[in-house]
Amino acid sequence: MELTILLLIPVAGAVLIGLLPERAEQNARWIALLSAVAALAFSLFLFFDFDSATPGYSYVVKERWVDISSFNLHYHLGVDGISLPLIVLTTCLTLASVLISFSVTKRQRLYYALLLVLAASVLGVFMALDFMLFFMFWELELIPMFLLISIWGSGRKEYSAMKFVLYTIAGSAFMLVAILMLAFADGGSFDLVELGESNVSGALLPLGWVFAFLFVGFAVKLPVFPLHTWLPDAHSDAPTAVSVMLAGVLLKMGGYGIIRMCVTIMPEQAEDFGIWMAGLGAFSILYGAFVTLRQTDFKRLIAYSSVSHMGIVLLGIGALGKTSIMGANYQMLAHGVVTGMLFVMIGLMYDRTHTREIAKLGGLGRQMPLITTGLVFAGFASLGLPALAGFIAEITVFLGAFEKFEWAVLASIFGVVLSAGYILWTLQRVVFGPVKHDWDGVTDQHQWWEHTVAGGMAVLILILGLYPALMMDTMSGSVDQVIARVEEVQS
Amino acid sequence: MPFLLAESAATSVPTIDEWVLWAIIASPLIGWGLIVAYLRKIPVVAGGVAIATIGVSLALSFFALFNVIDADGGILVHTHEWFTAGSLSVNIGVRIDGLTAVMLVVVTSVAFLVQLYSTGYMHGDTGYGRYFAHMCLFVFSMLGLVLADNLFMIFIFWELVGLCSYLLIGFWFHRPAAAAAAKKAFITTRIGDLGLLAALLLIWTRGPGGSFDVGLIQEWATSGEPEGWIITLFALGIFAGAVGKSAQFPLHVWLPDAMEGPTPVSALIHAATMVAAGVYLVARFFPVFEASHDAMTVVAWIGAATSLIAATIAIVQTDFKRVMAYSTVSQLGLMMLSLGAFGYVAAIFHLFTHAFFKALLFLTAGSVNHATNTYDMRLMGGLRKYMPITFATCVIGSLSLAGIFPLAGFWSKDEILLDAFRENPGLWFVAQLVSLLTAFYIFRAIFLTFFGEYRGGQPVDPHDHDSHFEGDPAHPHEPPWSMRAPLLILAVPAIAAGAFVINHSFRDLIEGALPHALEHESSFEWSIAISSTVLGVLGIGLAWAIYQKHWLSSRSFAMGFGPLTALFEQKWYFDKLYEDFLVKRVLQSGWNRLLELNDKYVVDGVVNGVGTVARVTSDRMRVIQNGQPQAYGLGFAAGILVVVVAVFAANPL
Repeated sequence: MELTILLLIPVAGAVLIGLLPERAEQNARWIALLSAVAALAFSLFLFFDFDSATPGYSYVVKERWVDISSFNLHYHLGVDGISLPLIVLTTCLTLASVLISFSVTKRQRLYYALLLVLAASVLGVFMALDFMLFFMFWELELIPMFLLISIWGSGRKEYSAMKFVLYTIAGSAFMLVAILMLAFADGGSFDLVELGESNVSGALLPLGWVFAFLFVGFAVKLPVFPLHTWLPDAHSDAPTAVSVMLAGVLLKMGGYGIIRMCVTIMPEQAEDFGIWMAGLGAFSILYGAFVTLRQTDFKRLIAYSSVSHMGIVLLGIGALGKTSIMGANYQMLAHGVVTGMLFVMIGLMYDRTHTREIAKLGGLGRQMPLITTGLVFAGFASLGLPALAGFIAEITVFLGAFEKFEWAVLASIFGVVLSAGYILWTLQRVVFGPVKHDWDGVTDQHQWWEHTVAGGMAVLILILGLYPALMMDTMSGSVDQVIARVEEVQS
Repeated sequence: MPFLLAESAATSVPTIDEWVLWAIIASPLIGWGLIVAYLRKIPVVAGGVAIATIGVSLALSFFALFNVIDADGGILVHTHEWFTAGSLSVNIGVRIDGLTAVMLVVVTSVAFLVQLYSTGYMHGDTGYGRYFAHMCLFVFSMLGLVLADNLFMIFIFWELVGLCSYLLIGFWFHRPAAAAAAKKAFITTRIGDLGLLAALLLIWTRGPGGSFDVGLIQEWATSGEPEGWIITLFALGIFAGAVGKSAQFPLHVWLPDAMEGPTPVSALIHAATMVAAGVYLVARFFPVFEASHDAMTVVAWIGAATSLIAATIAIVQTDFKRVMAYSTVSQLGLMMLSLGAFGYVAAIFHLFTHAFFKALLFLTAGSVNHATNTYDMRLMGGLRKYMPITFATCVIGSLSLAGIFPLAGFWSKDEILLDAFRENPGLWFVAQLVSLLTAFYIFRAIFLTFFGEYRGGQPVDPHDHDSHFEGDPAHPHEPPWSMRAPLLILAVPAIAAGAFVINHSFRDLIEGALPHALEHESSFEWSIAISSTVLGVLGIGLAWAIYQKHWLSSRSFAMGFGPLTALFEQKWYFDKLYEDFLVKRVLQSGWNRLLELNDKYVVDGVVNGVGTVARVTSDRMRVIQNGQPQAYGLGFAAGILVVVVAVFAANPL
């Protein structure tokens, strides 16, 4: 029941906005804000109400949905220590996205409605315990994303929006095959709880293939080299709030999917593929960082850095240890707020200068001291400075994965130097150096919502950096269950 | 519950309350918070808050030091769990022992005087509040670093001092040189930090049961249990971190550039405390190094190479502050050399005396800059007459640095030479050569700056609105009392800090931090003392002959060394090799460009290629899409049939 309410809060907001008459368009933002705040508050209530000692899923609802012979689908929702932090991340970033959109003036009703539908579909992905329902939410997210990028974006927005959709759908096609294979195999089902407890066998294709198909679907989203090229395009052409949602939560659907589906359902195959996942993760970390160093567009640069940072997630999952998977999940949370904040700061800068070309910017520290402070803060969080969110995640993954794949980790830690390189070099070119008189007219004057978003995200980054036990203790029990599956097949 | 290490060489345990130790760290953090939250707009108060909060830490640090002395150098550890992730369990805790106590006093006392000095030096700067906020944050991080009881926490504060160094080097961020130097400092030290990170990984998987505790690691290393190569790798990882932070060859290139920061910052961070953290780190894990002779050899010779390279560069610098910077690199090299020669106490003793006399020298450089608006010694000269106090204190610092009896530097350098001589005459020879060069370059700077005729300084640029220079460079004068007082106070330890060596209390204190007593027992050796003093006097005399008496023209002297002079002037070509060749050509224009093109034309090219093929194909297939419902219906039915067959095939009834 609780989860249904949480899912319906943004949906209700979207419906209400849809009912607004055109002359009251200005009020769309307030309805969106109200519903985002309500969703955040309710998700926080669930988070603190959640008892991490409970095995399995909490707040479960299960209703019959489709029942035709062996085609049994349910409206089945539930959360555990792995998904609940991601849900809180989603509601936090939804609120941030709504607030940062207050400067949007074009077709506000549609805009906010789509943003809320996007939030609902992502929440659905993190709650669904029926594989088909999961897939439906997974696909549903594409519609608002496509429209948000292609209507409110900039640059080659139609190309980027289309590329994003086609890429995801191509991945989804593999995923759908895998879902059907699993559902109709021996011991198979659409029910993720059942799938996560039974050992599937006798699918149409060898299970290794099924694993690979599922993995491809998630890897596109994460994204993993060589399936990542949609990300820089989508990011650089999306409006600020959509970049925040995209980097902040949509990428995490990929990592979540790998942990919940690939590893939990097919631990044996995960064990076989572990070294490939870790290797691909390490490769993505370095490759992403090297390519980041060449970028000249500020947003594109941060987008490429996401490829590098999400490589850390894959490295952690591939190592299949409790510490490393907890680190991977933590990295998803950390990257969500850190990169979200970076996109917010870039958005604020773009609103004032109307360019993202690094070469054209420069010396902005004088004209925009507050935005600069936020940018430096988020930049250091992104390069993994201790006491901020990214550090805990990275070090936990590195330590956890080092037990198993020493060389992959030793290669990966070079990313730490490269990230310092691209972040600090970018800061040097954008905010430091002599004042450029092109930007004499721009000011740092903030609207209250800009303050709130930047400050709020900074606080989240500090909380994640200083009080890791908050999330780690929540995750611990649920990750234990995943690890128990892996250890079962190892022995 | 305090957790005690019974294996300590000392028998008693400090009785200090845990909250005192945390308060030492917390006080500057509170200062930072106050300045950031409220006081950025009220500058005078920002300076006062910094002085007051660091003053609290200073007082408590002395309290802690006396407490440890009372306990004959015992060890006390308080630790708490921070977070757990699977088998990873991370603690935060404080450890007080002789080494920590000495470091606390060094850090807080220099920091306190530097803040006082800064209130004068930074007067009128637009970033006055920001300056003191960063300074407080630095002192907090540095104190956390020396009080940390485990490697994980050391790593955290290690990175945080790097952040503060970055922020303060780039304090005048509108200057391109400052922005570039800040970046260079952070990235270069981070290359060294890779080693520290690798050591952290290694100690977790192959160390003492997943613990990062300093005491446990020391015991583990000395237990004879772990394999030799693990110890060596761990030690080298730790040392790599130290190489970055303490600006050792081959990562020394960032420290001279760091002089772009305000001079009090250079005095505190880039002379007395943070750059000495590498020496502290090696000392903290000294038992690990002792267990690996290979690692010790590396430490000793890297230190030797650093001290010699830096000293040779220092003799050709024309910038007063850069002379100091290379001098710092060189002296840190000597400390490393000492550690590598098993001179644990000598290294820390030199760290201790160096902190005072080098901070003093930097602050006098700041005074000179305050009067002349430049650091270029070619624009100075004759300042002795205008600035007698600055001159006198600068000479005291220089004599101490040159190791002249009976100043502080004499005693600590003498111990290093003694340890080096016992370990390896080659090391001793390098150290002696460096002593000669040191005396020469620092008095060269003294003669160029304070003697002869004044050459006018750097005129104030009326268009530079960022400069807060006050006064007239043509008429240099002593700085205000807020800047003079720290010079006079620092002159005292620069003269007298050597007194500690006489009654052995320092040695007992520092040795007490180790799990067992040291093998080497050093004593005073007349031959070493006399030879080093002779070389020091010789170096000063040579500088006097060339730069004061002009018996030998400096140009012909330089010509005499031919290509060596060019090598020194070009800083041994390290910057050219690293920046122009490795970073710009090999990495950025070569490798990264290759990957970028690959991403654009190969990886994304395939995707777009697939897209094009699909579009072309669908153009052909459009014939099928003819608008006739019957045809669609047929296709639809066929599709359903395929799905049904597929499902039944997979799932025979």
